[in-house]
Amino acid sequence: MSSIAKKTGFGATVWDYITTVDHKKIGVMYLLAGTFFFVLGGIEALLMRIQLMRPNNDFVSAGFFNELMTMHGTTMIFLAAMPLLFGFMNAVVPLQIGARDVAFPFLNSLGFWLFFFGGVFLNLSWFLGGAPDAGWTSYASLSLYSEGHGIDFYVLGLQISGAGTLISGINFLVTIINMRAPGMTYMRMPLFTWTTFVASALILFAFPPLTIGLALMLFDRMFGANFFDHTMGGNTIIWEHLFWIFGHPEVYILVLPAFGLFSEIFATFSRKRLFGYSSMVFATILIGFLGFMVWAHHMFTVGLGATANAIFAVATMAIAVPTGMKVFNWLLTMWGGSIKVTVPMLYALGFIPSFVAGGVTGVMQAAAPLDYQLHDSYFIVAHFHYVIVGGIVLALFGSAHYYWPLMFNQMLDERLGKVTFWFFFVGFHCTFFVQHFLGLMGMPRRVATYGAEQGLDTFNLISTIGAALMAIGVLMLVINVVKTAIKNEKVGRDPWGDGRTLEWAIPQPVPFYNFRQTPLVRGLDTYWIEKQEGNEEGMTYAEPLGDIHMPNNSILPFIMTIGLFIASFGALYNMDADKPWSIFLLIGGLSILFACMFARSFKDDHGYHVHVEDILAEEERLYGKKGGNN
Amino acid sequence: MDVNKEFTAQTWPDHPEQATLEGKNKFVGFWLFLACEIVLFASLFATYLALKNRGPASMGEEFTTQSLFELPLVFAMTMVLLTSSLTSVYAIYHMKNHNFKGTQTWMGITVILGAVFLALEIYEFNHYVHLGFHYTHSAFSSAFYTLVGTHGAHVLLGLCWITSLIIRNNKRGLNLYNAPKYYVAALYWHFIDVVWVFIFTVVYLMGAM
Amino acid sequence: MAHHEEAVVRTPVEYAYERKKRSDQMKMQVVTFALMIFLTLIAFIAVNAGFSPYYVAPIILVFAGIQVVLQLYYFMHMNEPNMGFISFFMWSGIFIAFITVLCFVTIIWWHTAW
Repeated sequence: MSSIAKKTGFGATVWDYITTVDHKKIGVMYLLAGTFFFVLGGIEALLMRIQLMRPNNDFVSAGFFNELMTMHGTTMIFLAAMPLLFGFMNAVVPLQIGARDVAFPFLNSLGFWLFFFGGVFLNLSWFLGGAPDAGWTSYASLSLYSEGHGIDFYVLGLQISGAGTLISGINFLVTIINMRAPGMTYMRMPLFTWTTFVASALILFAFPPLTIGLALMLFDRMFGANFFDHTMGGNTIIWEHLFWIFGHPEVYILVLPAFGLFSEIFATFSRKRLFGYSSMVFATILIGFLGFMVWAHHMFTVGLGATANAIFAVATMAIAVPTGMKVFNWLLTMWGGSIKVTVPMLYALGFIPSFVAGGVTGVMQAAAPLDYQLHDSYFIVAHFHYVIVGGIVLALFGSAHYYWPLMFNQMLDERLGKVTFWFFFVGFHCTFFVQHFLGLMGMPRRVATYGAEQGLDTFNLISTIGAALMAIGVLMLVINVVKTAIKNEKVGRDPWGDGRTLEWAIPQPVPFYNFRQTPLVRGLDTYWIEKQEGNEEGMTYAEPLGDIHMPNNSILPFIMTIGLFIASFGALYNMDADKPWSIFLLIGGLSILFACMFARSFKDDHGYHVHVEDILAEEERLYGKKGGNN
Repeated sequence: MDVNKEFTAQTWPDHPEQATLEGKNKFVGFWLFLACEIVLFASLFATYLALKNRGPASMGEEFTTQSLFELPLVFAMTMVLLTSSLTSVYAIYHMKNHNFKGTQTWMGITVILGAVFLALEIYEFNHYVHLGFHYTHSAFSSAFYTLVGTHGAHVLLGLCWITSLIIRNNKRGLNLYNAPKYYVAALYWHFIDVVWVFIFTVVYLMGAM
Repeated sequence: MAHHEEAVVRTPVEYAYERKKRSDQMKMQVVTFALMIFLTLIAFIAVNAGFSPYYVAPIILVFAGIQVVLQLYYFMHMNEPNMGFISFFMWSGIFIAFITVLCFVTIIWWHTAW
């Protein structure tokens, strides 16, 4: 079967993307979907900031404010930050380790669709009777008594997209364990691959408690179970523990890949090997490990007792050590390097002070007695936005510029990029720096408004102005993307000129099989080594040119997800006595799901082989007569 | 090595489940999934332990672990499930010896034992419900049914899985494409047994004390 | 890239050796099974005999632990080489499971003496 013959046209392209199992295309879909939800969450944030712009404002109602606040948090964490990071993992990690695809291409596609439809399901709540309104943490005693179906949308939507995340996590772990090219030992893996590995391990262990927590919540609301109902012997603290056993590792799931992305950027634009590579790896693993032992610092004021608080406080402070190691390694990577301040490097430079500020306030909160003062105030809001925006969002924007040529063979406009950075960076500090003071002045989190006599007006106004600047920054990034796409100027291999790792050694555009011959990795920063030795090809090969085995495309992941999506509506409306038809939705949706699983397991799927002559033809089509790497 | 190649016992690899890259991926991926299931069940066990014997103020002694559970039935269930773990070991032993008939037979026996276990569990739940120990009766009842029921759901899934494996491969015979499928199904079955060991110890035995 | 493992060609002696090795392993697994049945029996008898829970509870928990290790290392072959990563992940999972359960039996309810 020849894979080369391709239909063109809009319908064919859509079909190609719906059925694809190619990690590069799935990465693009993650980026698109993640950006969509990022903009959605951003609009929710802007509405909240407009409401809080002046005291006693009535721009939105208090109930609607609760929905905005809940959906902003949930969307940004589950539907924006994680998918965007998954986008980069998909696009980059297999190329960095010299693999032709991920370990489970079918599941990769399934994971994407589950995330996407879970997100759509959650957001449809806006139109179907109201969004969830109990905060992104959805604490049980509050959420159990929330009217309408908002919380049910939250529970089912997160359950679906969480399943997708778990699948992707296992997929990346197996890919990195099993599919590294010859010579790519663990201690030669680029740091982004390492952080992906550790973050995936965290996903593996952190998502089950969330799954259970959500399931218990569902059973309480749907079947009248009594897990969180104290009048029936239940205990609401169980939800808090389950949520934070997941929730704290979750922030490391987000920030570790961001660290990895920045490590790549620092090394590339300092034109120097990453300082302290092995200590970076060690610190990553240590952060991942400690990340599981600190969850109760979100619950200091619950009344766990002094002993428990002390243990969790000390464990929390300990995390500052490996994180500090990383910061110093980045600084020392730049030390003595020949630094080129490109847009990605600008984001990296902005990241260090911003993230350190967020980290330091984190250590402040780790001191349990002080946390009693800071808990549930705007100080907390300032802290976690400093680590999430200052760490993760800057990483996402920076690596969007950095990896754009790898993914699309085009370069985002550098000048516009720099202006974007300054708008976003200034706006970010303007928004959140003053929130530290608001918190210390006593403004609680999650309030829809505040009084005129409380002295909070000025800082809130400054904060709203900052949010507007950030919005302008995001808008400029979108304009930059559109402009670049219209200009459509191909930039070719290694456009930054200083690529160090394997992904930059591949000719552009990257062929669908990634590597025509499996590369032989000869050290850390393998492409740099080849360049130093004057190897024009960019890589040494581990095998002669031969047939390549590739996985088949499949529509099944998409249909399976549709089935689950339908079934979720059935489950949701099954709680209402007046909607007997919902049971048919539930059964029908699940039947679609099981039929697909049956079809998948009963048919042998061996993939197909791309033969040598097909490879040569494809290379000529992509690169002309001279071939790819010459 | 072509996945569709016909093998004899002499040419069959030592580790057929890991002889191809796909098999190796499936093998590692499934083990990681089991590691994730450990934490999943730990969350349920933890919830159960926190809510053990807790109910509304009016809940009497009648529905506590001490008076509710019937150890002889649990003992029988334990024996059946432990034995089914051994029979699936036999199935994999034959798979490694390239004895397809042996593999199918022992997998079939495993399914039958699993079905017996599940029937006993349904009988047990039904019995408790008839006593008035409903799912919504108390926090304890919710936690108990959810923990043991999740294990039961895993057994049910395992039964469907292994049954469809037996059917789908009946005409195909053993090859490197389906050897990993048998292997991970057996792993899954052992894991179900691992969880049950803790259920009968922590829920039933420690409850009865 | 998928299927380039070398085909196995065994001499009759090698083949006989493999068969023997596997059947020895199978015997070992039957012994393991007997041990598991034995541990289960002891646990049920100990509970039925009505000794103090302070003695019985730790003992049956240790028995359960031994059974799990037997299942993992003999039935599921975690004792074979090249299982380093898998062992690491399984034990990490067990460690997190332990922490979770420990937390839920100590700091969930207010009246515990913490």
